[in-house]
This record gives sequence, C-alpha cells and structure tokens, in this order.
Amino acid sequence: MEKLEQILSKVLKPAQYTGGEYNQIIKDKDKVDIRVALCFPDTYEIGMSNLGMRILYGVFNDITDVWCERVFEPWTDMEVLMRENNIPLYGLESFDAIKGFDIIAFSLGYELSYTNVLNMLDMAGIAHRRADRDSDAPLVIAGGSCCYNPEPMADFIDLFVVGEGEEIACELIDIYRANRNKQEFLDKASKLSGVYVPALHSTCSHTVSKRIIKDLNTSYFPANPIIPSMGIVHDRAVLELFRGCVRGCKFCQAGHTGYPVRMRSPEVLLEQGKNAIINSGYDEIALLSLSTSDYKHLDELCVSLLEWCEPKKVNLSLPSLRADSFSVELMERVQKVRKSGLTFAPEAGTQRLRDHINKNITEEELLSACRAAFFGGWNTVKLYFMLGLPSETDEDIIAIADVAHKVLETWKEHTNSIKRGVRITVSTSCFIPKPHTPFQREEQIPIDEYSRRARLLKESIRSKQITYNWHSPEQGFVEAALSRGDRKLGRVIETAWQNGARFDSWSEHFSLEGWLAAFCENSLNPDDYSLRKRPDDEILPWSFVNVREVNHG
Amino acid sequence: MDKIRMKYSKLGRAKYISHLDLVTTLQRALLRAGVKLKYSEGFNPHPYISVALPMSVGAESLCELADVEIHGGFPDNVNDYLPDGLEILGLYKPLRKFNAIKWVNVCCRLFYDDAVSDKTLDILKSQFSADTLVISKKTKRGVSDIDIAEFIKNAKVSLSGNNTVEVSVNISASQPTVSNNDILSIACFNAEIPKPSQLNVKRIEIFDKDMVLFK
Repeated sequence: MEKLEQILSKVLKPAQYTGGEYNQIIKDKDKVDIRVALCFPDTYEIGMSNLGMRILYGVFNDITDVWCERVFEPWTDMEVLMRENNIPLYGLESFDAIKGFDIIAFSLGYELSYTNVLNMLDMAGIAHRRADRDSDAPLVIAGGSCCYNPEPMADFIDLFVVGEGEEIACELIDIYRANRNKQEFLDKASKLSGVYVPALHSTCSHTVSKRIIKDLNTSYFPANPIIPSMGIVHDRAVLELFRGCVRGCKFCQAGHTGYPVRMRSPEVLLEQGKNAIINSGYDEIALLSLSTSDYKHLDELCVSLLEWCEPKKVNLSLPSLRADSFSVELMERVQKVRKSGLTFAPEAGTQRLRDHINKNITEEELLSACRAAFFGGWNTVKLYFMLGLPSETDEDIIAIADVAHKVLETWKEHTNSIKRGVRITVSTSCFIPKPHTPFQREEQIPIDEYSRRARLLKESIRSKQITYNWHSPEQGFVEAALSRGDRKLGRVIETAWQNGARFDSWSEHFSLEGWLAAFCENSLNPDDYSLRKRPDDEILPWSFVNVREVNHG
Repeated sequence: MDKIRMKYSKLGRAKYISHLDLVTTLQRALLRAGVKLKYSEGFNPHPYISVALPMSVGAESLCELADVEIHGGFPDNVNDYLPDGLEILGLYKPLRKFNAIKWVNVCCRLFYDDAVSDKTLDILKSQFSADTLVISKKTKRGVSDIDIAEFIKNAKVSLSGNNTVEVSVNISASQPTVSNNDILSIACFNAEIPKPSQLNVKRIEIFDKDMVLFK
C-alpha cells in the first residue's frame, strides 16, 4: 500500500487506480468463498462506461459468497512504475493482487484490446498462455462480442462465454463452487450451452451455440451502478431498450449476432430510469440499443421519462436514431434541457451502395431530417460513412461529398440563425468484414487504397463549413486480421505484445510496423487474414459458433 | 432559497479526486441524498456549487469548504451518499466570502529513504523558520524567484518515527498561494541534507488574515 501511494503521486489521473467510489461493493474477505476479478482490457475511463461491466459486476456481487472486483489496464506511465516497484495488478476494491483470485474474467469487446489482455495477465503475475498455467492458477475466462470468433485468443483463455453473460455467470459460479479442481470445473462447464473450452472442444466436430437472455423485463438491471469520482467517457445513466436489431445491415456484426429482437417494456424502463437517476445523481439518461428508432414504444417511453426528468434537469440522450424527420421531431421534444448535436449514419454515399449493404435510408429521408433539425435550431450535424464497402467505386465516394454539400444547402435554406454558422462533420471509418455477417467472406481494401479513397473524398469536399475526419486505416487493417483470425494468430498477438504492443485502439500507441513484424516473425501473411476474400468452400474459423440458434440454457 | 456552506473532510482514497471532479462528485452525492439544488437559468442549467481553495491531487484535508445553493434542507444521513473518504462535518449559513481566507494550517509529512539524522532535523527546523527564504516558484507568468518566508508562519518541525519528519505550519492561501511544491522546495533547499522521497500534506484548519478561524 505504501509503495502504491508513492507511485500514485507520479501518475496521470491517480483516481482511476484507487477505487472507493460510491456504490463500490466491499465484502468481508473471510466471509466470501469465491473471488472474481472482472477485467476490462482498456482504461478505467472506457471500462467504467461499459454497460456489460456494470451488469456483470452486479450479477456476480449479488451472489452472497462471491466478491467481484474491477480491474482495468493501467495506463503506460502506471505500468512502468508498477513493474519497477513490483506491484502486481490488483482489484480496485480490496487492493489485493488478483493472482490469488479464483476467476479472472475478461470482457472482450474489440479486437484491438487483445494485447492488453496478455499484458494484464502478465502484470498480475499469471502466465498468459493457458498451457503454462498450472492447476493452482486462477481460471481465466472471457466473454463479450469478440467471442463470436474465439480462436485468435484460444491459446490464452481457459473458457469462453459465447453470447449474453448474465445467466451463465451464475451457472459457472455454481459449477465452480462444487468443482474446485480446474480440470473438473472445465469438464462440467464445457457441457453448458454457450460455453467454449478450447482445451476440450474440437472446432471441427463441435458446435457452440450462443446463449441469450430470454426476457429483458426480468433480466438483471444495474440499478445501483458505481458512480466514478472522476470523469469517464460516458458519464451517465443508461437504459437498454432492446437487444437484437430488426434491420439487416450487411456489415453489422451486432445486428447479426443479437438475434432475436427482445424488447423491454416501457413500464419497466421508466421504473429503471427513475431508479438509475435517484441512485446515481446523474443528470443524463442515454437510451441504448442498436437502432433506437425501431423501439416500438419510443414515443410513449420518451413522454413518460421526460415528464419525470424535466423538473429534475435531467437530460435524455438518444444515440443511434434513424435519419428521418420523425427522429428530429422526437429530439426536439426530448432535448429541452440541453441540446446536443445530431448524428446520422447513412454509411454510404449513393442509393445503389446503401441498397447493396441493406442500409434502408434514402437521401430524401436524410435531407428532410436535416431540414427539420436546422429549422428546430440545431446547427451541428455529424454524418457517419464507411469507406471500402464491397462494390464501392469512386462514384460512391464522391457522392458522400455531394450528400454533405446538400446538407449544407439545406441548412442555408432552412436555418433561422444564419449568423451562428453551421458545423457539418463527415466521418469515415473503414469497412471491416466481420464474422457471422453476410459480408464475412468479403475482401478488405488495402491501406494505400483506403488512403487514396479518403484523399479523394477530402478533395471532393469544397466547403470550409464541412469538416472531414477519417479513421486510421492501419488500425482497421489489424482489426480486420484479428476479427477473422484463426488459432494461429495467438502467436502473432503474443509476439506483438512481447514487442511492446499495448492499447492498440489508441492511435498514439498503435504501431503497424510492430504488428507487421509480429506476423513476419511467425511466418504468416497479414494480407491473408485481413484483405483476402474467402472462397465459399473455405471453412471459416468461427464456423463452429452458431449465432442463429437460440439457447436459453 | 438558501446558500449553505458545507465543511467536509477529504481523506484516504478521496484524496485523489481532482478539484474539477470534486464539484461533480459533490453535486451527484447531494442529488442522491435528495437535496434540491438550485440551478442556473439558460441553455445549459447547472447547479450553484463552489469549492473554496482548490487543492492539489493527493492532498488530504479536514477543513474543506464548499457553498451550495439549495431549496429546502439537508437530510441527516447525507454522508451515506458520499464516496469513501468524503464526509460532511458541518452545515451552516456562510458569514463571509471565501476571499477573506488568508491562512491554512497544514500538517506535512516528509518521508525519507533512510533514518533522519539530528543534523537533517536541525537544518529543516531552521529552514522552515528562516527570516528570508528565496525559492523559485512557478506562477501563471512563469518561474520567478520570490522570498517566501513571510508567507510561512509558526512552523513546528518534529520527528515522527525514524524516517519521517512532521511539519505543522501555517501557509498563505492566497496572493501568493504556497503550494505543496513550495514546501518541497524548502525541504530540499539545503543541499547538505537528503531529499525526502515523498511529501504528504493534510489541511487542518482555515483562517482569515488575523488568524481568526474562517467560517
């Protein structure tokens, strides 16, 4: 503790390493039987914003004999000092080293956090390869959306949970309570649906079906989440309207793995929203889902929430709205307290390409949404697109600029405050073919080609009132390779980490050279993983994972 | 509508909460406790909470003050709603404005890697009560040399365990503000003695220019 205190005075934002927030759960060590480290392989500010973390923290700690603590990846300044001073990775609640815990549970939400998983295990003093862990070492398990293709991380993780984790978390604890021997535990747990144990399952003969929660009205809701004492990325209460998605955008993994659509009733949501605000003191509630406009009772829910929120100066935030005028009307009614910007995601510039990717939105819908927005006093619009979608041509790219110019024209015609000016932001990310989507076998465009297309778009935008931002194609390239990777990529991830890769999702830490070298050292060609179109007869590494069949345990 | 002054302590894990985050943390805690905050008018309404004397991250205090404008009162169990280490010690109607604050009594603990010698202790004692003490001090305008002696008063230097020296001292809280860094500069002023490996500072009480307890 004394050593920790000394180094805390030397690092950025020490509050992220000290726990002690309101609603954190402290249990009596002597009275709990099973210690769980819930690990998020990124910073505190990101991990604490994650709804899955809030849910699982509550689910685990609701079990009387389990004490679940939070662990995040220390920022690089802290890592250096912890290693220099031999301070192993610890749980934020107890400051105890997690090496002595029973279960280390990782949330794998994005592929560029993989090296952080290895680094966290190493900082904890736990061997990162499962083959090198003896029977006394903690169990290392993982869940989250990356587990729909678990193979790249299969050398490191003892057990993957495929699908939604709330129920299975409790089942795993029950099995663990009765089977302390690691081998026996894995044997028994591997029989649960939604569980993949790389040491026991053969991916050629075995199918793993995802697990989902059947009824969101009765499933766990974190009514008493931890309230951080420092700013985090999404510092607000969240309500989950539904899981799954009625749309079928061909690039979207969440939409295709979230099947079927399960709605939460507006009555339950209103109750949860009230409790979330009363228990947190937050001044904002975000309504989360993959496509909020598709929530059947959105109008009714917003009316009842607003009635309660407005006198309390609590703001409603509605991300993921469809670009149509209904959405804007709703936003106008909703954002009486504080007006945020409007964000729409047409994804592609031409109708042809939008139809091809099954993004059901027309230019007229988008422009009429913008018309309503500018008329209503908004002067900030963000437009999200993807570059590199299958069948994309230069015409599609130039059309993105045209759309932005038309939005600008719409503003000029319909604004009532021309003096305040307008901010139109166009952002492009690179298309990444994801497992379990209709585009899972598609090719990804090379980095140079992406850069050419981004330049083409930049040159096509001729107004200073339109800002253009684009995502790094280098990061997209590595993400694509990891997304569609097989078990051989474990060695590449390991080499990259050993060569210093950390926080790959942070552009200031990401090194393409490091990753290319790691592929090269293991005699693998990254293009084979990221760029290559998979022929129809090729068996995909994630073929054994079934996301369509529904299992409730 | 009432303006209420909260006196609170900031100890333990709470000492790492930064000044900016503290305002948000207090706001949320009061809302959880059911206190009805008064909000500003306008486009982006915010409650009126102001914290006296910003404190650097890592310092502790038994005497923090914050003013808040509310409708109605405070519940008795308001402390149940605060995070670890923050505790409201008293609530009252403010008598004077924060700008009447001039002195803070602080307890500083200087940690050394080795046992503290008599010589070190003696030099520290004379250093903290010297008549002139010119140190280089960072201000908004850059680094400049100033004589800080008149802004440091009634220093009591004593040994506390083998490796630790405790300094109880009154420091100026405004024009200029004596910072933790300045205290470290004083402790490191004489090159003949070892430098402390760490400094912990805890505020004990707040006074006005005449050393009357500020309330």
